[in-house]
Amino acid sequence: MAKKLDESQVRHVAKLARLDLTDDEVARFSGQLSAILGYVEKLNELDTDSVEPLAHCLPIHNIFREDVVTESLDTESALKNAPQRIDSFFKVPKILEDDSGE
Amino acid sequence: MSELEYKLVVGLEIHVHLATRTKLFCGCELVYGGEANSRVCPVCIGMPGVLPVMNAQAYEFAVLTALALNCKIANFTKWDRKSYYYPDLPKNYQISQYDLPLGEAGYIEIPLETGRTKKIRIIRVHLEEDAGKNTHTLGNFSAVDLNRAGTPLLEIVTEPDMNSPEEVRALAVELQRIVRYLGVSDADMQKGHMRFEPNINLTITKAGSEHKTPIVEVKNLNSFRAVEKSVAFEVQRQLDEFAETGLTMASGNKSTRGWDDENEVTILQREKEEAHDYRYFPDPDLVPVEIDAEWLDEIKLRLCELPIEMQKRFVTEYKLSDYDAGVLTGDRFTAEFFDTAVKAGADAKRVCNLLTQTGMKLANEAGCNVADLGISAEDLSKLAKMTDAGDISATASAAIFEEMVKTKKAPDVIASELNLLQKSDAGELEAVVDEVLAANPDAVADATSGGKKTKKARGFLLGQVMQKTKGQANPKIVSQILDKKLS
Repeated sequence: MAKKLDESQVRHVAKLARLDLTDDEVARFSGQLSAILGYVEKLNELDTDSVEPLAHCLPIHNIFREDVVTESLDTESALKNAPQRIDSFFKVPKILEDDSGE
Repeated sequence: MSELEYKLVVGLEIHVHLATRTKLFCGCELVYGGEANSRVCPVCIGMPGVLPVMNAQAYEFAVLTALALNCKIANFTKWDRKSYYYPDLPKNYQISQYDLPLGEAGYIEIPLETGRTKKIRIIRVHLEEDAGKNTHTLGNFSAVDLNRAGTPLLEIVTEPDMNSPEEVRALAVELQRIVRYLGVSDADMQKGHMRFEPNINLTITKAGSEHKTPIVEVKNLNSFRAVEKSVAFEVQRQLDEFAETGLTMASGNKSTRGWDDENEVTILQREKEEAHDYRYFPDPDLVPVEIDAEWLDEIKLRLCELPIEMQKRFVTEYKLSDYDAGVLTGDRFTAEFFDTAVKAGADAKRVCNLLTQTGMKLANEAGCNVADLGISAEDLSKLAKMTDAGDISATASAAIFEEMVKTKKAPDVIASELNLLQKSDAGELEAVVDEVLAANPDAVADATSGGKKTKKARGFLLGQVMQKTKGQANPKIVSQILDKKLS
């Protein structure tokens, strides 16, 4: 049977997903997630030793487009859903550590 | 602090913007500058339900570069999602290549100051998309521009084969030269087209045993100077730190530092390398890429002679100094322009001098490349040949070069129009010399006396010949005739 997903793992996954969970939720999700993993674990019964990993579920490859410019959104439309903006920038909470381009 | 024996060990991770017209997975135009968020679409701002489609040109540029870096090209690659949450990456994942990079196990040959070269091994080359740009303004928020999000970015990772700050810089410069030769990137440092991240540590020998210092990664360097200086700074900092703490490399103690360009120091950003949890998985929106032999051959046809090869050839074949060869191969157009002129029959050193002493100055003034001054390599070759044949003086050749750029006329036409052709016909000049000698018996006496006045008198006689020929006599020939007559 699957190992139980402990609460620290749930907190870790929640942090990666930028979710703020209450202690109650952590306890509840740890049980629920463990059950889901247990269900999926059934797949481990299959012998896949001689099966190549699948990169894509469709048997196609090399779908390309030419390097041709298409119309972009106008700036107003692009910013329309933004909760906050400043001039034509998205305004977001201050980013302390800049990992852009990593 | 006592002197410790140490060896510097540096590996580099480099990101290069590819010079496609459009982004990697959508048709938004790549334009530097411009209004924020004016080159974005539902794909690159990560709207739900959109479908990214691969830019063929970007893939070919990436493969071309990997070939130039002597990599093995994977015939099968796929796209993976690398999860991380930052506002400059609105999908919350970056499309990248994880376990199947398009190029692996290559090398780059870098020139060293001594004229030698060194091979630095390349671990992998892969393609990914760039993030947007965060502007940190005053106040408690950041401003995000997504125009850059989705720009094709080539990531190149080297083995830790560099052992001095100069070698790290040389690699950075050489890579810029290569991608520019290939035409796959403008590699403009000011525009952030190339970013460098060195991984730096030292192997210190103390009391007969070796100690490795903890690895430091310096993030986001965007000038050659910063690359070289940050590595040099780390050498001293790590030596000092080791002397103080004795701390050595261990799992989890790799740290990340930033570069303060103004104070020329690195600054700690992250003490401990977090075990990054990027949760890579194959991107279901994108199908794999397969390169067959035919396609690969077609891309190979676009390879050119690499700058380092050209530089070496100019030294061995044309007997230029490594310095001159380096200057001429700084960019492909200059190098090919030079090469064509030499192949048209001119002396390499002469063409080199004309280009580096006059051509580059004129090109600089015109704000263009020497190859774009409007003169043909054949005319340049002719100008060099005329100079070497003594038809014109070296001084006149510079003036004629300038005039060629101005009027687009051929060098021989300009030389005769400006009366700059020298007389080199020995018979004709001999007659003039005889006339001068006959008219100046006193000077002849001085010149043959072997005394103090010899040199001055000879100069006088030469001057008389030049005057008589209105400055058009080849002084070298005249001098030879005088030597013969006065001995």
